[in-house]
Amino acid sequence: MKVLCGVGGSDDSIRALDRAVDRAALADDDLTVAVVENPDSSTDTDDMVKRAEEAIAEAGIDAEVRRVEGDPGSRLVEIAEREAFDEVVLGGGTTSPMGKITIGPIAEFVLLNAKTSVTLVR
Amino acid sequence: MSDRRYPDEVTEDFPAPPVTFVDREDREIEVRPYDGSEAAYEALVTMYDSFDPADRAQGIPPGGETRIRDWLDAILAEDCLNVIAWCGDDAAGHATLVPDEAAVYELAIFVHQTYQRAGIGTHLIRTLLGHGQTSGIEKVWLTVERWNRAAVSLYEKIGFETSNAESFELEMALRLNDAE
Repeated sequence: MKVLCGVGGSDDSIRALDRAVDRAALADDDLTVAVVENPDSSTDTDDMVKRAEEAIAEAGIDAEVRRVEGDPGSRLVEIAEREAFDEVVLGGGTTSPMGKITIGPIAEFVLLNAKTSVTLVR
Repeated sequence: MSDRRYPDEVTEDFPAPPVTFVDREDREIEVRPYDGSEAAYEALVTMYDSFDPADRAQGIPPGGETRIRDWLDAILAEDCLNVIAWCGDDAAGHATLVPDEAAVYELAIFVHQTYQRAGIGTHLIRTLLGHGQTSGIEKVWLTVERWNRAAVSLYEKIGFETSNAESFELEMALRLNDAE
């Protein structure tokens, strides 16, 4: 399966990255990791690219890491359509101290606009 | 979320607990602060263990006794404010204020399905906010699913104003006390 994993540096996106890499190793997915600019995240994109490359090397798989500039949600949807991905994988939201799960604006946009299946990783 | 907007005006004065009333089903209900006792804790576990999953919101209350206990341990901590609506020895409802990183408080309220549509929620939230007022809390916020009209109109009646309408959930905010 051709899988596009979008990561911006938030904790939930890092969980999504690790899950996508683990699954790619098991299922032989054709994985592309798109590092987007998430304005809500304090991690910078260089660190995220490095983090993704390390996870891929550790799992011993062959996957592309790509920097994606511009509005994260719409760029991910566009890439998924233009390059015929089967699935988009994203972080499944943050949890407030109360325990309430909130889905981030990037995931919301992709969920509502993507033609592919979307997996939110919890 | 530091860009959350709060109403300029401080809200009305709310009643501090304990508050006793008779609900619309003629049951005598008393709202008291959580006293830290094992009996109160176990009454909440019992209430949430039989809570209708359809009344869950954004993942809370969680399902299963182990997760319920973990969640209660977090929201019944010293720095949180909790009130329980009692019908005899049974917990009928529970409302909580949990501080987030910016020292403002997130509100959540739950009424067990056996006790819904009897006016308990209004008393419960007003008493929680009275408890918060006397404790010096300045700002309160919450999120609510936008299709949940009953909850949204309750919060509006209390004085909450929409602070962010751009997400799946509506975010609402209330100013409880003047700034120090």
